[in-house]
Amino acid sequence: MEKEIDARGLLCPEPVLMTRRTLDKMSSGTLRVLVSTAAAQENVTRLAESMGWKVAVAAAGDDIILTLRK
Amino acid sequence: MIGAGGALGILGVVLTQLGNPPNMGVCIACFLRDIAGALGLHRAAPVQYLRPEILGLVLGAFGAALATREFRVVGGSNTFARFILAMLAMVGMLVFLGCPVRLVLRLAGGDLNALLGLAGLIAGVWTGVWFLNQGFTLGRAAPQNKINGYIFPAMIFILFLFLLYKPAFLFFSKEGPGSLHAPLLISLGAGLLIGILAQRSHFCMVGGIRDFILFRDTHLLTGFLAVLAVALIGNLVTGDFKPGFTGQPVAHSDGLWNFLGMMLGGWGVTLLGGCPLRQLVAASEGNTDCAATVLGFLAGAALAHNFGLAAGPGGVPFAGQVAVIIGFLAVFIIAFFNSKISIVKPSAQEVSPDGKGN
Repeated sequence: MEKEIDARGLLCPEPVLMTRRTLDKMSSGTLRVLVSTAAAQENVTRLAESMGWKVAVAAAGDDIILTLRK
Repeated sequence: MIGAGGALGILGVVLTQLGNPPNMGVCIACFLRDIAGALGLHRAAPVQYLRPEILGLVLGAFGAALATREFRVVGGSNTFARFILAMLAMVGMLVFLGCPVRLVLRLAGGDLNALLGLAGLIAGVWTGVWFLNQGFTLGRAAPQNKINGYIFPAMIFILFLFLLYKPAFLFFSKEGPGSLHAPLLISLGAGLLIGILAQRSHFCMVGGIRDFILFRDTHLLTGFLAVLAVALIGNLVTGDFKPGFTGQPVAHSDGLWNFLGMMLGGWGVTLLGGCPLRQLVAASEGNTDCAATVLGFLAGAALAHNFGLAAGPGGVPFAGQVAVIIGFLAVFIIAFFNSKISIVKPSAQEVSPDGKGN
């Protein structure tokens, strides 16, 4: 299963909330989360890792793509 | 995170020793109020000073954001609603007499009235979190013309020049809290350091409570606790720890309004995405919505002092109590109609439940 969340332009804690809502419904697969601030990157990464997901980070212009896998 | 919180705690104690008002080594709300006063936005003679801590904080965070390429110019997510929320939150904070940073510094100084403020802050953040869980959002910010991101730091730099040359049209307190301040360069340096550390760590006082309630995540909360622990130790060392309810500096002992004032403040800033310190840092990182939020805080300070809403050592004026109640109503209306529970459907621009915007 592969999903994507666009959390660009949102302030904390919205990107984390959106990620959790989706991860709660996924037991495994790939989730791509687009964020635009380092704070959001850090917070989403911390949440995902605490739920046992592996996180890969890539830059996309001024935005950041987090790829969560489990 | 612990480093940023610890630095804030120790600087809070040191700046007080060097001349800042008692239990007010660093207070974002109080210092923005002093800046509003210096600019003549309100004429409360005891609280007028261009606080170098704030100016340094912005310039430090701006420099750090540029250096780490985290400077992003974005904005346009319900800017006016943010301005109003900030204004209302500021009125609440000035009824309590402090932002979340000063709340912790007051606790560390033994001011037990701040316990009621803390209870109010937690209640306010909890209420904000409830609305966030109901889908509250002020929408997403979009990239803007890069030049517009420099306006806020440039404005702050001009205030810094004003501070150095003290033009006659500015107001500086002769007595009262506004006249109490540490030496300019030390205050500025402390602000620069706090700005850099806060930018690097994404430190946020209400974020600590919020993330704990939402996710049981203690990352930001450790910063909050570090401020408390370090400032408490500092005050014990300097002999400034004086536990009690009465006779606390720049505080009142009306528990109900300490609670309600800070609850309004906590609720408002949770909806805004961060405490006043975090808003200053985000504005310095190029977020023009947060720059408007800071202006909202200044407007709130002006409102509070021009209309006699702000508390003083004697307590909370009746007008201030009415303002807090009106504030609750207004924040509720904004929170309700920007949530999914509202019958008013969000426009196409808003964020849809699965997180995919348009």
